[in-house]
Parts: sequence; structure tokens; C-alpha cells
Amino acid sequence: MAHFDENAKPFSAKWLDERLALTTVSKVLAFEYWIPKNINFLWAMGMILAATFGILLVSGIFLLMYYQPGVDTAFDSVNYTIMTEVGYGWLWRHIHGVGASLVFLIIYIHMFTGIYYGSYKRGREMIWLSGMLLFVLFSAEAFSGYMLPWGQMSYWAGMVITNLFSGGSLEAYGLVEWIRGDYVPGQAFLTRFFMLHVFLLPLVIIGGIVFHFATLRLPHVNNQDGEDFDFEEAAELYKAGKVKESKVIPFQPVFLSKDVFVMGVYFILFFYLVFYNFDFAMDPVNFDPANGLSTPAHIYPEWYFLWSYEILRPFSKDLGLIAFGIAQVIFLALPFLDRSPNVAPANKRGLFHIWFWLMLIDVLVLTFMGKLPPTDATFAFIGLVAAVLFFVLWIALPFITKIEKKL
Amino acid sequence: MNKELKIFGVVAFFTLLLYWGVEPFAHSQMHKHVEGHGFTYDGTADIAAATKETKEAKTAFWADVKKISALEGDAVAGEATFGMCMGCHMDGAANMGGVIPPSLDHAGALYDKNYLIALIKDPAMASNVDHKYPNGTMTHPMGSISAMVTNPQDIANVVAYLKAKKSAEPTAKEAFTEACSRCHAMRYAKTTQLGDTPAFKYEKDALAHKIKVIEEQDAVKAYMGKLPPDLSMIARARSHHFMETFVENPQAQLAGTSMPRVGLNEAGYEKVAEYLSDIGDPSKPARAIVGPWVIGFFVLFTILAYLWKSSLWRDLH
Repeated sequence: MAHFDENAKPFSAKWLDERLALTTVSKVLAFEYWIPKNINFLWAMGMILAATFGILLVSGIFLLMYYQPGVDTAFDSVNYTIMTEVGYGWLWRHIHGVGASLVFLIIYIHMFTGIYYGSYKRGREMIWLSGMLLFVLFSAEAFSGYMLPWGQMSYWAGMVITNLFSGGSLEAYGLVEWIRGDYVPGQAFLTRFFMLHVFLLPLVIIGGIVFHFATLRLPHVNNQDGEDFDFEEAAELYKAGKVKESKVIPFQPVFLSKDVFVMGVYFILFFYLVFYNFDFAMDPVNFDPANGLSTPAHIYPEWYFLWSYEILRPFSKDLGLIAFGIAQVIFLALPFLDRSPNVAPANKRGLFHIWFWLMLIDVLVLTFMGKLPPTDATFAFIGLVAAVLFFVLWIALPFITKIEKKL
Repeated sequence: MNKELKIFGVVAFFTLLLYWGVEPFAHSQMHKHVEGHGFTYDGTADIAAATKETKEAKTAFWADVKKISALEGDAVAGEATFGMCMGCHMDGAANMGGVIPPSLDHAGALYDKNYLIALIKDPAMASNVDHKYPNGTMTHPMGSISAMVTNPQDIANVVAYLKAKKSAEPTAKEAFTEACSRCHAMRYAKTTQLGDTPAFKYEKDALAHKIKVIEEQDAVKAYMGKLPPDLSMIARARSHHFMETFVENPQAQLAGTSMPRVGLNEAGYEKVAEYLSDIGDPSKPARAIVGPWVIGFFVLFTILAYLWKSSLWRDLH
């Protein structure tokens, strides 16, 4: 048993420290959590995501006080009660809607930053995997949330996505009905997605965020050049006052001060969108109440799911479903498909550099095509080519990284 | 610093490209493009879209409208003729053939002159729903007009009367009520096809009113084929461009629809649109007030954060 000072006043600093190890904890998590100095603003995306999640949580709590998860009341509780009767209800709703969209923009920037700088390799595999797990959880959270206003797009997107579980030619409609709790999306469907959105998924996401942070602590954050150096040695230099020579900075307050500045810039954009350009985050079709007898002319997901939707569309039923399934999980395998020993920014990695930009552009093209009506032959063809290219790139990855020269 | 700006440029470029692709570009490809025609009505679009069978009749019809439009209308004589209209277009009128005849209190201000002439001459042709009445215009709810006012000079006189005496500027709500509300309810404004829903003291009375509303809606439904949608959220469910061109000529956006063209002029449409926006997007004024303060706060926040960051990073390099 540790030694406790019997004379320490209850709740004094010493008393607390003996019981909670505050000094050690604050060192481990903040004042002596060493971050490389050689970084750019893209390294702030993690904290921006944490902040956006916080905003979604707070605005969500306010919305939850007035939202009614009933098929006859949901639409009006969102569009009338919250938008008209609740003081600043419109502000919370627009913050929540814009936040849900922007959180995915930042997730994608965060992901592609990781890919570009090779931050998923050599000791950082768990960071990548836990991050991708968060991506899956956020996707589920976004989808379940999209059901809640119970508009036309909620209803029909819910119909289409749950239909995927019939497994194409397997025709597992029993599974689809089990998921929906009904033959079509109805009250049981809405209430269970409500539960998922406001309770189970946020809980798991919070756990996922803690886990993601934890995976980061030992391998340390990567830097702009993928340079591998001794953190302890660098830390000693910093602590000795040789901050110029040291390659690291403490998380608190030096790294955080930059994060807060980048966050400020981000919030200017965020609130510009909330007040002046929120329509992009709220599809007009969803302002028509859900109607099972009237299918919208085009059914498409929110922009952040379009690329995987476009991988589903151009193929035949079963092939499309398999392609879609693989696309959902293939990014998880990145640390194992990249067989080069180099941890370096893509521009120093030869063929991988081309791979990176092709992948980014391909995902963009898939996203564009995913929203367009599939009836246009040109767009459908571009979509098909982009979907095939997506798989070609993943198949090529182990080969081009295998022959990559060691730096 | 330069490198950071370069990276920021790349991120900003791809973000804007992404936005362009999923918003302006996608919407330009997803929706049928329809040219507006400034809320004037001369039948050009109708004739262009007419079938071989109806082209001749439509051409002749709109040529006649043009001729009547050129006549000098006599508002005083028109008032006498207008007496006939009052038989149906009165306060508290009952449903006739599918709809309650609308109030004409602001007809002169809301509707286009040529449209009014066309409507009196042949309601089905004017509202561009003649495809619903293959056996002649008499079956249109206002079809009986063709047995009442037929003389070109009489038509010109009535329209002159409406333009002179029924042209007080309506409020946004009056514009919606006269032009749209006989078919479209607006539940967020507590308005049905029977007008504003009163507050009832007893549930029995509220239910009795509800039954009347349902009966009225059933009549509209029987006439239109389906109950026309509630317009509470239409301001956010459709784009400005769609709304304008749809109201101008419903057939142009939704071929075969039973929605009649109502003949609003530009000022009349602006009034209706204002009302739809007031109800469907009520936070607009509050956004304009709160927005600058929040943005201002974050600009200040960012400047302070930058100063803090600079002070901590100054000695690092």
C-alpha cells in the first residue's frame, strides 16, 4: 500500500494527488505528452473532430428535448416545434445538421492526411484501425440520425439501405423484416433507429474516441517527414530548455495553442455555413413528409456516402453488393496491404504518390456520379469506370509498395 | 508558413471541388431545366407543348385573348357584369364542382390581365388543364361562365373592373388565401381548405369542424385526383426556380398534373412566396440578426488564438 500523509487536509492538492495521481496523469496526458514539432495544420484535425463531436452532442441534447420519435409526430416535431416554437431551436437544428456534414468532411481530410504521410504504419496500425472503426460508427450514427426527421429521403433511404441486407440473390427478406421490425419502415423502425442514434451509438462512439486517443499515446504522433526519432531524448532536450534543438513540443499548451487557432478558423467556416449556407446539409426532398406510396424521382444518400453508393450501383445486383461490402471494409486493410517499409510522405514514395492522388480523385469522381441519375448513359459509364478503378487501385497497392525502394 | 498555406490551398481546392460536384453541378443535372417567362401569359408555352389535335384550338384561343386584351375595357359597365360572378365568388361560398370559388377581393392586383381574360373566356384553357376536360369546358367547375359572359367587350369590361376596383395590395397571407388555399392546406399556419381553424372551447366543436374539413378535402380530392399537398414546408422542399416556373405553368414542370395555372403576376407571386417563406422558413429574420454576432465572436476568438499560438511558438524554431 502506498504511503498516505495523515496530515494532508481533505481535498487539498496533496491529498488529491495521493489518491488520484493528478500530477502523473497531467504529465502523461498533457504537459509531458510529446508531440513532434515538425507538423502542419492537418495535425489539428483530430482535435477539430473532437470539438465537432462535442458540438453535435450538445446540440443533439437540446434537440432531443423536443423531438418526438413517432411516425405521425416526428416530421412536425422537427419542422414545426423545433423550428418555430422552441427558442433558438432552429439554431440547434442547423448546427446539428451542418455539424453532421462537416464531421465527415474533416474525417475524410483526417483519413487522407493519414494515408499521405503513412501514419498507419510501423507501430501505428492500431491508430488506423481504431480510426476506421470510428468512421464506421460515425456512418451508422449519421444514417440512424437521417431517419429521424421522417421525411421522404429518410423513409426511402431507410428502405433502400435496409433492403441491402436481403443479400441480393439470397433474398433474405426475413432478415430485412427483422431489422425493420415490420415489412416496411414504420414505427418500430423509427423507434429503434432513434434509440441507436441517441443512446447506443453515441455511447460506443465515446468509447471509440477514448480508444483512438489511447492507441496514439505509445507510438506517438507521426510528423511531416515520417522521421523516426527518440522521443525521450527529444523530451529531455525540451525539458532542459533547449526548445530550439528539441524535435518535440508538449501537448499542453504548445500543441494545443495551434489546435485552438486552427479550430477558430474552422468555426468561422462552420458558423458561416450554419447561418448562411445550411441548405447543402439538408436535402430539400427530406422536407416532404415520408410517404410510402410516392417514391422520389432520385434516391441518393448524403454526400459522404455517395462514393460507396456509386460502387454499389454500376454492377449487377450480387456483384454490386459484394463490391459495396468490400468497399466498406477495404480501408481497414490499408496497413497490411501497404508492404513498403517506408514511413514517409507520399511525394517521396514513387508509385505510391500516384496511387494516392488517383485514389483521392477516384473517390471524388465516385462521389459526383453517386448523386446523378443513373439513367444518363455517360454518367453511368464514368461511374462504372471509377468503380472498377477503385478495385484496381486496391489490388495494385501491395505490388507497387512491394517494389518501392527503401528510403 | 508558406508550406502550410500551400497545403491549405490544396485542401481548400478539393473541398470546394467536392462541394461543386455534389451541390451546384448535381442539381443542374438532376432537375429538368424550365425557362420562366416573367409571369406573363400569352399561351406561347401552351401552343409549343400542344398535341397535334389541340394545337389549332390553342393557337386560335390565345389569338382571341390577344384581341380582347387590345379592347378598351369599361370598368363601370364591367361592374354590372361582375354581379354575375358574385353569385359564386362570395364570402362563405360552398364547394362547387370540387373547389370553393375563391374570393376575388384582390384579383386585380394578384393576377395577370391576359390571364383573367383567358380565364373568363375558357377556364380550362387558361389554367392549362384542358386535358382534363376532353368533352368541353362546361365540365370545369367554372365552366358555367361560358353560358354567362361570352361577348369580348363584356370580358374586357369585367377585367377592367377587376383591375380598377379589386386591385388593393393584398397582404402576403391574403395572396396565399385567394390564390392557393382552396386546394392547399397549411397546417403550420393552422389553415385548411376552409380557412383559418378557429380555437374551439369544446372538443365536440373541434371535432365537428374537423369533419367539415375532411369533407371539403374529400371533395377537392375527388376533383383533383389526390389531395393537393400541404404547403407548410414547401419553401424548403423546392428550389426558388422550381416554385417560380411551376406556379407560372404547372404543366411545364409536371406534365399531366391536375394543378391549374393560377395566373399570378410577378407581384402576386412575390406575395405568395413571401407567405410560404414566412411559414416554411420562419427563422430567416433571426438568422440575419444572430449570424454576424456569432461569426464576429469567432473572428475575435481566432485572432486571440493566433496571438497565443505565436507567443508560444516564437522561440521554438
